[in-house]
Amino acid sequence: MINFVLRRLASAVPTVFLVITISFFLMRFAPGGPFDLERPLPPETMENIMKTYQLDQPLWKQYIHYLANAVQGDFGPSFIYKDNTVAQLIAQALPYSVQIGATALSIALIGGVILGTTAALRQNGIIDIALMSVSTVGITVPTFVMGPVLTLIFALMLGWLPAGGWGDGSIRQLALPITVLALPQIAIIARLTRGSMIEALHTDHIRTAKAYGLPSRVVVITHALRGAMLPVVSYLAPAAAALLTGSAVVESIFTIPGIGRFFVLGALNRDYPLVMATVVIVAVFVIVFNLLVDIAYGLLDPRVRHD
Amino acid sequence: MADNMNTTETTVLTVKDLKVNFTTPDGEVNAVKGVNFDVRKGETLAIVGESGSGKSQTMMAIMGLLAKNGRVSGSARYGSAEMIGASPKALNDVRGSKITMIFQEPMTSLDPLYTVGKQISEPLIHHRGMGKAQARARVLELLKLVGIPEPERRIDSYPHELSGGQRQRVMIAMALANEPDLLIADEPTTALDVTIQAQILDLLADLQKRFGMAIVLITHDLGVVKHVADRVVVMRRGEVVEQGTRDDIFERPTADYTKMLLAAEPSGSKAPPADNAPVILEGRNVVVDFQIGTGMFFKSHRTFRAVDGINITLRQGQTIGVVGESGSGKSTLGRALLRLLDSDGRYSFASNDISHLDRKGMRPYRRQMQLVFQDPYGSLSPRQTVGEIITEGLYVHEPNLTKAERDARAVEALKEVGLDPGARNRYPHEFSGGQRQRIAIARSMILKPKVVILDEPTSALDRSVQRQVIELLRDLQQKHDLSYVFISHDLSVIKAISDHVVVMKNGKIVEQGPTDDIFDRPAQDYTKTLIAAAFTH
Repeated sequence: MINFVLRRLASAVPTVFLVITISFFLMRFAPGGPFDLERPLPPETMENIMKTYQLDQPLWKQYIHYLANAVQGDFGPSFIYKDNTVAQLIAQALPYSVQIGATALSIALIGGVILGTTAALRQNGIIDIALMSVSTVGITVPTFVMGPVLTLIFALMLGWLPAGGWGDGSIRQLALPITVLALPQIAIIARLTRGSMIEALHTDHIRTAKAYGLPSRVVVITHALRGAMLPVVSYLAPAAAALLTGSAVVESIFTIPGIGRFFVLGALNRDYPLVMATVVIVAVFVIVFNLLVDIAYGLLDPRVRHD
Repeated sequence: MADNMNTTETTVLTVKDLKVNFTTPDGEVNAVKGVNFDVRKGETLAIVGESGSGKSQTMMAIMGLLAKNGRVSGSARYGSAEMIGASPKALNDVRGSKITMIFQEPMTSLDPLYTVGKQISEPLIHHRGMGKAQARARVLELLKLVGIPEPERRIDSYPHELSGGQRQRVMIAMALANEPDLLIADEPTTALDVTIQAQILDLLADLQKRFGMAIVLITHDLGVVKHVADRVVVMRRGEVVEQGTRDDIFERPTADYTKMLLAAEPSGSKAPPADNAPVILEGRNVVVDFQIGTGMFFKSHRTFRAVDGINITLRQGQTIGVVGESGSGKSTLGRALLRLLDSDGRYSFASNDISHLDRKGMRPYRRQMQLVFQDPYGSLSPRQTVGEIITEGLYVHEPNLTKAERDARAVEALKEVGLDPGARNRYPHEFSGGQRQRIAIARSMILKPKVVILDEPTSALDRSVQRQVIELLRDLQQKHDLSYVFISHDLSVIKAISDHVVVMKNGKIVEQGPTDDIFDRPAQDYTKTLIAAAFTH
């Protein structure tokens, strides 16, 4: 097990390296630069700035420089938030994003599994059809539509919930952004669970469990659901990534001070260090989540235990 | 349980006018059309029939295990309890306690995510209210009873860590846990190797003697029936054709269908080719290694030797039967002889050395060396018409044929295998298993091969269909002077079709010789065990 984890972490190094390399050059080849304003700066000012940030050096030197610093945890200064290093910015913002992301993921997992199982047990019944129709809506309506619509209804018209901001960080304060983040994931997980649950209910070993007179609670939860959870667990890694990137939109709509905003702002302003750092964080996040998922998978399914 | 009726003294289960219907997109299917029989205490009742006879669905319906689109009517009484239409709770009082089941697929019938110990203990905990420790003690006892080696260790094994035979033993342990009155065994040995089959049947018979439960054995295998049944129910297309004692059915069958089934056991023999018949295909010191596992950065160096230094010589007009249990390397040998996988050794075809030919070099030989697979469902593309499937090889090997010529060849090939030439415009799913195997044979025959390697070509077919396919293969061999390598685990088929037999185990030849010698005077213990297991019935 420890070997497995170490091996996986070792194989993550080239992945992160690739992600850094590709995003570094992609960013640089995109037109425009961090200090291009509507009214161009005087050449000598520009030259000074470029020198300060070492942007006057050849690209490959900048790249090596960046790599060397990144390895030591130094992601450089932000070009836009001039008083802060990128590391400081991220350290401030990350907890907010993680908090709403983790809450949304937990809600999505629990809600999705319950709804999906309910639908599977009543396959092609009214409840099943209703749940699956609603979930199609949940998947297809984008968050930038869902966010404003829910705000309109629950904050502006009914006045039950605040329209945005972190405030005191209470459940009431964050209910709307978390809901908007979680909804599409609930829908996807419900569909996944329903599909794999229907499959699981038709397996031979479920027939065995029924033939041995086990109560349906045991048949469904002990024997069918555990197997049906395997594809759902596999989905959790991409789901976590989707929540992190999806939060860029949601954080902007609800003015949450998380790192999602940095994606948008950093990219628009060509704040190279900031964008690079967010990309690296997301990549590491996805890799770690994939690892966690694989470990969980091994715990659920003895056939793929890692030794 | 009622004790006021005489019949309950002698009868465990009484089935009256049982009907099963399925609602399918193609309409209503009457799978079981009103069957009557009873099961007496302590007896073994065999329900025999080919696929689609409704034999399994009858028992599934009684146990309340029909698929959702199935409906059942009629009556099945266990003592005074009516099983048909009973509430799930009432059913659950009987299922797994008084009546238990084992299934055909020991691979999938156990939950892969739990230890076998936990699964065997579940019926004990739920029906008898045992605590975990008490149940575990009983499970150990049961595992010993069904002959699982090292039960203390195996109790914590997962199903995938056990062999097929062991898994079936685990199922039997589960079935016996609550000392039932009736055990329903649905094709319990079909998925197992012959030697394991015999062991499982012996185990069941032995346990029946000790515990006195009745057994309903659902099977298509008359050999097994003859071996173990007291009484027999013959089913066909959802109806009981005939029922009676074993001797009645085997010695004085009255229904034509029963007679046909009995006659469908493979028979006949194959005369060896003339002594001066030329050698057509030869493999010398054939060795095949498979790599096990894959490394992340480096290739794994662990290998598994599937075929270990085999010499085989096939002469024109000869049929070599290759027998062996699963994992013996017999299929791998077939593919190696066709040069379809990486292997060591020397190979020659009609006196030409083909040991070192690459794909392109092999092409002229390919059409003369054909392969027919076991699975007539999986080996035909569902999206091509039969005509497209069987003429595909012609595009490669005879690219100059016109469309009309290809079509004429397809007609000829289909006629040759006994199919209506109109079949070439239809799709594989419109055909039965036997017809599909004919299509697969036509696909080979259209290229006019010299050698055909047949890998379990009849194993997925019912006996009566099997017989027809075997006859077809014999006819084709005579007509075209073909040479066959016939790979099978089924000794009665091998006996009927081959003139030379090779017995394989663990990648090596245990024994080989003329068919009569091998079957009448086997020299090796392993061959003797195989034959005993297959023919004691």
